[in-house]
Amino acid sequence: MSILRKVLTTAAMASALMAGTAHAEEMRIALVVKALGIGFFEAANKGAEEAAKELGDVKIIYTGPTDTTAEGQIEVINSLIAQKVDAIAVSANDTDALVPTLKKAMDRGITVISWDSGVAPEGRQMHLNPSSSPLIGNMIIKLAADNLPDGGEVAVLSATSTSTNQNTWIEEMKKVEGNYPKVKVVGTVYGDDLADKSYREAQGLMQTYPDLKAIIAPTSVGIVAAAQAVTDAGKVGAVNVTGLGLPSEMAGHVKSGASKSFAIWNPIDLGYSATMAAYHLAKGDAKAEPGAKISIGRMGDITLDDNNEAAMADPFVYDESNIDEFSSIF
Amino acid sequence: MRYLKSREAILALAIVVLLGVIASRFPGFVRPSNLARVFTDTAPLILLALGQMAVILTKCIDLSVAANLAFCGMVAALMNGAGVPLPLILLAVIGLGASLGAINGLLVWRLGIPSIVVTLGTMTIYRGTIFLMTGGAWINAHQMTSGFKAFPRHVLAGLPIMAWIAIAAIALVALLMTRTALGRAFYAVGGNPHAAIYAGISVGRSQFAAFVLAGALAGLTGYLWVARYAVAYVDIAGGFELDVVAACVIGGIAIAGGAGTVAGAVMGALFLGIIKNALPVVGISPFWQMAISGSAILIAIAFNATSQRIPGRIILKQAGHRT
Repeated sequence: MSILRKVLTTAAMASALMAGTAHAEEMRIALVVKALGIGFFEAANKGAEEAAKELGDVKIIYTGPTDTTAEGQIEVINSLIAQKVDAIAVSANDTDALVPTLKKAMDRGITVISWDSGVAPEGRQMHLNPSSSPLIGNMIIKLAADNLPDGGEVAVLSATSTSTNQNTWIEEMKKVEGNYPKVKVVGTVYGDDLADKSYREAQGLMQTYPDLKAIIAPTSVGIVAAAQAVTDAGKVGAVNVTGLGLPSEMAGHVKSGASKSFAIWNPIDLGYSATMAAYHLAKGDAKAEPGAKISIGRMGDITLDDNNEAAMADPFVYDESNIDEFSSIF
Repeated sequence: MRYLKSREAILALAIVVLLGVIASRFPGFVRPSNLARVFTDTAPLILLALGQMAVILTKCIDLSVAANLAFCGMVAALMNGAGVPLPLILLAVIGLGASLGAINGLLVWRLGIPSIVVTLGTMTIYRGTIFLMTGGAWINAHQMTSGFKAFPRHVLAGLPIMAWIAIAAIALVALLMTRTALGRAFYAVGGNPHAAIYAGISVGRSQFAAFVLAGALAGLTGYLWVARYAVAYVDIAGGFELDVVAACVIGGIAIAGGAGTVAGAVMGALFLGIIKNALPVVGISPFWQMAISGSAILIAIAFNATSQRIPGRIILKQAGHRT
């Protein structure tokens, strides 16, 4: 009994001391990622550090498991709870598995938000999406329109005819089609996220619509295959390939000119925004409730929806000017 | 008349009719330049179908060809990244493909495991190994040298190298099948294994040779695939093994072994290749495309089945009338 009491008092004193010193100086925000050593998250950390510098009194603890497992993240979060950090911003490996641990953290007064890959609503105060379907739908047609001052025919090369993400984005794109009167969307084909089928479908598009000016591929397999098909058909410059892709996969095609620009969320902005949101919630100058407005520094404001979720911004545009910088990151 | 009854002639007729139907909706499809493009696009399917044909002839099946292709393609891309010259890469992928095929062949030959089980297992292992090699990362266009990507596209006498490789493979395999002891052994082993043994042909050894041939062709195709689409990742050519088997079946290669020709396999592959290339341009809803490809396969198989069926001999015609 006495031993237990001794242990407890020691622990309490230690944590009181630690908390005392830490709170007085700076706020500690833990950025928990899916796994360490992934370029995308290293970039997010860069953004978080940028936010910390801007805020001044913030220290970022960048951490995560060594492999992408929920168990690894639970261990990491438990140790963060023991360290009594002020806020945890997590990109989760599992929507539900982290909930009990994160609930424990919130019970101890730690601010918990999820970003990039979300946690179920009961396990976090808010979730920050990199973008939203309407923003993505608008962005993909805008990218095509921006490079077509005279307008023309464009076609969509999607993944499978049943994939939820792509279909939602294309639907959202069609809603705003009227805002780009010069661009005419002539058809949608499906490459099933297979390199060979996407390549063939892209070739088919160029044959069916000889005046085709752009191919929009909101899928990373499709955009690469379409760019290659355009290159092989000798139509670089005549047909622009755009959509959603990863800088490391698209670097070659941007340099060859097959793709003038494409988009995807920017991990640096995402890490920056997550840190900003976590800071304001932990500080108490913003509340995580439906309809609440939270300022995220240079990225503007976000507004929480009924699920306490928010969308950060338009997908980030990559082109010749920044492709080299980002292709080494992710 | 007898010639018209042969399966190859009927298939050739079907291809001509198919081209006619497509031309009626999209005349540009039958331009020589476009037909050459379709042939080039079908080259990987032809190469794999040739290997698969040898395997099927010996009463086996190789479901691991697409995984083998992906494995060798990734190795080719990695070797290219390490600065290995192209001729060495070509030799290496053919050798690697052949040894992956040899693993299948040894398991079938020495352990007597049914080939469908062996290749189902190795298919997963090969795909898994690619993931282990790369950690799931992609190798992209800008990480490959231009020479690596340009070789299959290089045009020689009107056709890209890729098409010439397919033509050369067709000629070599045709020679192997009709003019060598090994080629005839494939037919003998599949047609009647017991008789083959009595004739001094080793069933297991022939099956092993067929798997090695299929593996080597898959390895070579692996390089061509990766160079053509300028990307290598774990899932390239996912599900392609089914197209390959379908091409063989459409081409009249008997799934029970022992019957089939190189011409049949090539035309079966071309038939599928034409459908795959035509569907995007004739303006059919994508929701119908899969159904159409599937129906074409079923019709071809049904046709083969009826033409292969040996009518039973009725020996007691009056039996039913006796009282």
